[in-house]
Amino acid sequence: MTTTDTPGTTADVPRARTAEAAGAPEAPLSAAGNPIGFGRMLRKEDARFLRGQGKYVDDVQLPGMLHGAVLRSPHAHARIVSIDTSAAEAHPKVRAVITGAVLETLNLAWMPTLSGDVQSVLCTDKVRFQGQEVAFVVADDHYSARDALELIDVEYAPLPAVVDARKALDPDAPLIRDDLEGRTDNKIYDWEAGDAAACDDVFSRADVVVTQDMVYPRVHPAPMETCGSVAHMDPVSGKLTIWTTTQAPHAHRTLYAIVAGLPEHKIQVISPDIGGGFGNKVGIYPGYVCSIVGSILTGKPVKWVEDRSENLMSTSFARDYHMHGEIAATREGKILGLRVNVLADHGAFNGVAQPTKYPAGFFHIFTGSYDYAAAHCNVTAVYSNKAPGGVAYACSFRITEAVYLVERMVDCLADELSMDPAALRMQNLLQPEQFPYTTPTGWEYDSGNYPAALTEAMRIAGYDELRAEQAALRADPDSTSMMGIGLSFFTEGVGAGPRKHMDILGLGMADGCDLRVHPTGKAVLRLSVQSQGQGHETTFAQIVAQELGIPPEDIEVVHGDTDNTPFGLGTYGSRSTPVSGAAAAVAARRVKDKSRIIAAASLECSPDDLEWDHGRWHVKGDPNQAKTIAEIAMLAHGTLELPDGMEGHLDAQVVYDPPELTYPFGAYISVVDVDKGTGAVKVRRFIAVDDCGPRINPMIVEGQVHGGLADGIGMALMEVIAFEEDGNNVGGSFLNYLLPTSMECPSYELGQTVTPSPHHPLGVKGVGESATVGSPAAIVNAVLDALQIRHADMPLTPAAVWRAQQGNPIRTDLAIV
Amino acid sequence: MQVTMTVNGNEVTEDIEPRLLLVHFVRDVLGLTGTHWGCDTSNCGACVLWLDDVPVKSCTTLAVMASGRSVRTVEDLAQGGVLDPVQEGFMQEHGLQCGFCTPGMLMTARWLLDHDADPDENTIREAIAGNVCRCTGYENIVRSIRWAAAHADGAEQQAAPATDEVTA
Ligand code: FES
Ligand code: FES
Repeated sequence: MTTTDTPGTTADVPRARTAEAAGAPEAPLSAAGNPIGFGRMLRKEDARFLRGQGKYVDDVQLPGMLHGAVLRSPHAHARIVSIDTSAAEAHPKVRAVITGAVLETLNLAWMPTLSGDVQSVLCTDKVRFQGQEVAFVVADDHYSARDALELIDVEYAPLPAVVDARKALDPDAPLIRDDLEGRTDNKIYDWEAGDAAACDDVFSRADVVVTQDMVYPRVHPAPMETCGSVAHMDPVSGKLTIWTTTQAPHAHRTLYAIVAGLPEHKIQVISPDIGGGFGNKVGIYPGYVCSIVGSILTGKPVKWVEDRSENLMSTSFARDYHMHGEIAATREGKILGLRVNVLADHGAFNGVAQPTKYPAGFFHIFTGSYDYAAAHCNVTAVYSNKAPGGVAYACSFRITEAVYLVERMVDCLADELSMDPAALRMQNLLQPEQFPYTTPTGWEYDSGNYPAALTEAMRIAGYDELRAEQAALRADPDSTSMMGIGLSFFTEGVGAGPRKHMDILGLGMADGCDLRVHPTGKAVLRLSVQSQGQGHETTFAQIVAQELGIPPEDIEVVHGDTDNTPFGLGTYGSRSTPVSGAAAAVAARRVKDKSRIIAAASLECSPDDLEWDHGRWHVKGDPNQAKTIAEIAMLAHGTLELPDGMEGHLDAQVVYDPPELTYPFGAYISVVDVDKGTGAVKVRRFIAVDDCGPRINPMIVEGQVHGGLADGIGMALMEVIAFEEDGNNVGGSFLNYLLPTSMECPSYELGQTVTPSPHHPLGVKGVGESATVGSPAAIVNAVLDALQIRHADMPLTPAAVWRAQQGNPIRTDLAIV
Repeated sequence: MQVTMTVNGNEVTEDIEPRLLLVHFVRDVLGLTGTHWGCDTSNCGACVLWLDDVPVKSCTTLAVMASGRSVRTVEDLAQGGVLDPVQEGFMQEHGLQCGFCTPGMLMTARWLLDHDADPDENTIREAIAGNVCRCTGYENIVRSIRWAAAHADGAEQQAAPATDEVTA
């Protein structure tokens, strides 16, 4: 089943209000007009956002609240000679000045990262990246705190910096992590996957081998809301409450418990409305810790909210992968092998957020959507004098890098063989009968029909007509622009993950969920995952509605407060629906099972004699002998005699441990026009066919895809955090870290195929990151197709395009020219 | 120093530092936190409100510059509990996700529709080019504003099912 938006007319198409979920029966409507189950439903959370009543961290105002600000290093690498805080302390509105020396007395100068490394909270020895935290001022108001930063006198002794990862392992490279005992170089790890010997064999026998170096530059998630926190250590109760921008409230609480030595029940993490996350709000930043210490020292609540430059320069970046790819094939275009060597720049501290067993995230899914005889990857990660991070910006734990690599390599191969890139892909895609499919690097893809998705994307695009148009344009000597058509086919593994394989800091990646049906038949669902705009309050209510027949408007979804939700690892890696969505469905099914027994007791029949019909159990063959879920809820809380051993009330608690990852996939095609005179790229069309299984709320799914496509346009054409030789960050504001606006984005054309996951209770696969993962390659491939050049690195700014046309591609991630 | 201005129809007088930005004035002094702040460089538009009926970036406007003038924020869009058609449009067409850019988008959109009742897609895209959204890819924001243009009389919104009322 497919649905398609026609370009240019989408704004005027009347939108059906009813259920339109593919793969699911149309849900009946509630009295309020909402689908009691899957289908297009307007979002419950919109009411507050539209009125300016959202509650973001910076909106939190507490009596007596003080304000913090961070002093940051102007140097990328420098020893701290001295810090003089006396003038700042003398400022009449300053309540505390905190330095690394102060934190050392509390044993808080360093904190663990999510990858088993340590990270400086406030610097005690030397700064290791520009923007690193050096001191924290607490004052009566934000402006005064900022004033006081100017009064702190820090003497630095600058050191040579490692900025280009390719030089990090040079014998004379400065040692960045001299704080780690026994360390003599900047290497973090070597890691490999696949079969190197089998790969060598395949490559030695292949007709054609194509190699290509490419950089996936450092970019930044840059959610519109920056990171921040309001910490309040209540001196009387000894309870710490922290309102903070976190995608993983429970994981943060556990980390605070470990670092601060406080028991979990004395820490409440509240993640209120979050203004976008994209992985930027997974880690714990020094500012959060400083606001807590500030509150402990002053006895008052302390708010810290970073500004945009602080966000771009010091919080979790994404990518920074330097890849050398090799692809082997027959002359007829049968792909045989793929191998890749990666140099991964992790910055000054290894602070990536990903399952412990996989130091390079899920990059080893780099074989993508094709069949191979062999594949191998080697990843070497290094420290550099740049901000820490690496896994962020909707990357599905590095699958963005993997998809970019394979989809660029396939295009390079097509170029080498003078084949059409769509035909080459079609020839090599995994076939439906190959699922479940085990890849050469050990992933087990659950389900898919890849050729159907590519066929659908080509149909929407009018692929043959586009190629004809392109040929005509190329033949026209007077044309002022070059037209390019780019494809990308992606497979993601999301929903991390099975506890036996996946943990973060030893915490298994399962998620809890509590469902409680009140006596009147209304319900509350408490989740461990945290929306940053994904619309969980709506989608999760629809999941329960689908299972129990309770109208979604009668189901309250609670999240973002560790005191009021069960434990779980939070929202990133597109894991909410695959993991917590399953938890909600299983909880609802347990409630349903119990409701059947209660209905049977009340109707004085056997549970086996009952049949379920949209929210009620009735006696088989007699629809009038029935109990609705609301009636059953009242009975469960009432005086009805329940079967032996059954407790009253109607609720369920579930911890869902996913048996496997889910594997959404899609086929993307972009059409671009490149101005011959200026090198400016205009994305004319973008066709995205996504298969994420059945869509709980198609409106929300499409919105997620739209947002991811804009991200892809940004990364492919505009966004980069670049550095000068001394480590000076030249992407530290929105003046030079360019985000796509309405003018750079086209009207997207979406399609879908539906292949349910066989192991997810709802068959759904997750979609949050699909478009960000899949789209950059499609745009880059299109631009290079227009230019008829084999490779140039992102971002393809007009200057980069122009240089590439002169045969002089440069490293766009470095400002060193 | 003392400033007096009209904010959402009410006269307010406050003692403020001359350097106080208008965005901080409305948020921190008046508690109108619907107006957001998202950058240091006047690039993102999260802070857009109206100053004398013109959308401005309040992060680059001093509060004193609003002295004697009138300010309108997102909190003033809904009247008597009824959403403005642009607000209704954003709900109907899923023009928001995290909601952080939304107040600025709404204020820009309202101004556009006041000056061009029937803008085409390109006009809308140009009008909101100073408002960055990181979540929606703009597609549904354009649709939302088109929806508002098509329902300018507000008739539809009265009839619209009250998803609103559920959580309001
Ligand atoms: S806060 Fe970004 S433009 Fe005003
Ligand atoms: S809705 Fe999140 S930034 Fe626009």
